[in-house]
Amino acid sequence: MTDAISTLGGGRPVSIHTDDAAKARLKTRYAAEMRFKWLGAGAVALAGFFLVLLLSTVVTQAWPALRMNYLMLPLDLSAAKVDPAKLDGFDFQGVINDALAAEFPDVTSRQDRRLLRGLISTGAGTFLRKDIAEDPGMLGTTVDYAVPLDDFADLYLKGLLADVGTDEAIATTVTPSGTTGDIELTFGDDAMLALARGHGATEGENGALTLTSGAASLLVALNGGTVKLTALAPGDGGTVVAKGLVIEALDSNAPAATGQAALRVIDTPESSRKISDKEIVWLDRLQSEGLTESRFNSIFFFTGASREPELAGVWGAVVGSFLTMIVTLAIAFPIGVSAAIYLEEFAPKNRLTTIIEVNINNLAAVPSIVFGLLGLAVFLNFFGLPRSAPVVGGMVLALMTLPIIIIASRASLRAVPPSIREAALGIGASKVQTVFHHVLPLAMPGIMTGTILGMAHALGETAPLLMIGMVAFIVDIPGGFTDPATILPVQIFMWADFPEPGFQQKTSAAILILLAFLVIMNAIAVILRKRFERRW
Amino acid sequence: MNIMTEAGVEQKLAQRTNEPPIKMKGEKVNVHYGEKRALFDVDLDVRENQVTALIGPSGCGKSTFLRCLNRMNDTIDIARVSGKITLDGEDVYDPKIDVVELRARVGMVFQKPNPFPKSIYENVAYGPRIHGLAKSKADLDGIVESSLKKAGLFNEVKDRLLESGTGLSGGQQQRLCIARAIAVSPEVILMDEPCSALDPIATARVEELIDELRENYTIVIVTHSMQQAARVSQRTAMFHLGYLVEEGATEKMFTNPDDKRTQDYITGRFG
Repeated sequence: MTDAISTLGGGRPVSIHTDDAAKARLKTRYAAEMRFKWLGAGAVALAGFFLVLLLSTVVTQAWPALRMNYLMLPLDLSAAKVDPAKLDGFDFQGVINDALAAEFPDVTSRQDRRLLRGLISTGAGTFLRKDIAEDPGMLGTTVDYAVPLDDFADLYLKGLLADVGTDEAIATTVTPSGTTGDIELTFGDDAMLALARGHGATEGENGALTLTSGAASLLVALNGGTVKLTALAPGDGGTVVAKGLVIEALDSNAPAATGQAALRVIDTPESSRKISDKEIVWLDRLQSEGLTESRFNSIFFFTGASREPELAGVWGAVVGSFLTMIVTLAIAFPIGVSAAIYLEEFAPKNRLTTIIEVNINNLAAVPSIVFGLLGLAVFLNFFGLPRSAPVVGGMVLALMTLPIIIIASRASLRAVPPSIREAALGIGASKVQTVFHHVLPLAMPGIMTGTILGMAHALGETAPLLMIGMVAFIVDIPGGFTDPATILPVQIFMWADFPEPGFQQKTSAAILILLAFLVIMNAIAVILRKRFERRW
Repeated sequence: MNIMTEAGVEQKLAQRTNEPPIKMKGEKVNVHYGEKRALFDVDLDVRENQVTALIGPSGCGKSTFLRCLNRMNDTIDIARVSGKITLDGEDVYDPKIDVVELRARVGMVFQKPNPFPKSIYENVAYGPRIHGLAKSKADLDGIVESSLKKAGLFNEVKDRLLESGTGLSGGQQQRLCIARAIAVSPEVILMDEPCSALDPIATARVEELIDELRENYTIVIVTHSMQQAARVSQRTAMFHLGYLVEEGATEKMFTNPDDKRTQDYITGRFG
């Protein structure tokens, strides 16, 4: 080591840049550079990780909302059932309910029939009425009609409401004591006891087990029917006798041979899910008969808000957001750009313009809810403009976006090289010609980028619009700037607040739509910048 | 020494009587940038169809004086001009004078080539268009072509008139800027170190051009290069620290200056 240094010292003259201290300094410099590089890479990686996490969470949450399950029912629309002359007050929901009941002739009790009707969306009749109004040819015949399912039924079919196992064949004989009501099932071996214990059955005397509503549901399918087990007890000769409630009537009480009966375990206890065993059995039957169909969820994309999750759509909020953004752009862009041009190119530099400048910069940092209060006080109370209307929302958001546009526009005007101004002035262009023919076109990409980013900011804003009543529950899709409307972020906020599980997916899906909106706007900003960018 | 011989005096007198009329005249021109005074009582005449070179060390006020001639100093907020500058006897700082008209009559070429980021054609056509000099598209085409020809650029760019002016080389860009200035048919062209950003070959090309342009235009050029001043100008004015030190025929200025500072500057003792 010492040798190496001495030869080095012998070969090269030692100076302050080549001695050991210098080498040590160099080493620390490189170490610092390395540290910074890794810190930076780490920060980027962390940010990327969280972005991916966020997006994947939202997307997986939102995915089920993009499709919806429909029930294909043959509807009898013959003249005997539907009087073409009295369509106005006609109970179309009743027609659909009748068609559903026809699928389940065994369901007779009032309570069960009500439960059965609950599988179908309460808005189904309205859809049918609308479709018939559009296509009167449907009347007088029996048509296969896609009936939207209720949100719980829909969620169950999507597998989001209960943990449902697959059907497994029972490896022994099963003998039922009857075909309806409370019956007893005799299993050929005692494997069922252990299975019931494993699924939360309550222990009783003499090895008996009870399956309460807090335990998993054990459904035995045999002889074309379904029995829900309620209690089990060891029987004679290693058999198990189970009490059960018939949900779907059996064809006969003949014993089912080994492998003929099937067991289905629903791990989520009945008490902690929103769908009963009966409904599950009915839905499973409908599904196995091929009557359910998963379709693109056009209701979500093309209808307005609703308290029923399966009927709630985002289109009203999208239109509201769109109208609001148009108003915002129409107000903020011309005023903002004009103000920026005046301040940057024409205004004298004196104390007044300095004060204006400082205040514009400060306005950009004012909390958005303050703009909402201003809108409430000025636009609604003083000018008496309509509540909840896109025109007022747009005006409030325009106030909020103005400082951003002015600051961005001034920055890009300032970035235009003075040589361009001199060139234009030097051949006798007037000040206005110089600005509008040369400076503004060169500043335009920056101005548009700033504007679109400001708009994107405004698009995601909720707080100021709460103050002017855009949080109202509005079912109709707004048809104009003065109609009551809501906007996407507010819609998301409201849906996130609703207790129905069906709204969870809708919330995520609406967030996705909002994100898509933002991505599109940012993409437009990038494209415009690339398109109009000129080099000088 | 022998300039003072009789023959020399006679020659001088002949020259004086032949001297072209005065185009622009500066009388007691003072310029302040805020508190700082940049020009001190400058009296300088610019003669028609001559090239007048303004020389002097950096910060001596020669560019400031040049920019007074077409009121480009107006664009600087803190600049204040006093004194009198006339163009054909009219005071250019008279409030009645329209600055747009003045700048159309007194064009300018800048230190750094600054073509508009538009096509070559648009660069040249812009001036005539805003001043309404062309009656028709064909007229405008004619102006563009003749301007580019006068600037000696036409043959190089005639096949790509619609390509961007910023894509040209530095020397071509500067000639494009000259063409742009000519297109407005000015009477005077002001050039602020037009060759400082160019290589020697492009410089030679522009100098040649200046010499040709002298026939039709009055030119005032600011330059840092003594040789350039000697090559292209007929009259030279020497500035120093905001004062006009000396002014006269270029020949005399470079061979027998009256002022010692001029002598020192020209011989490279300072500046």
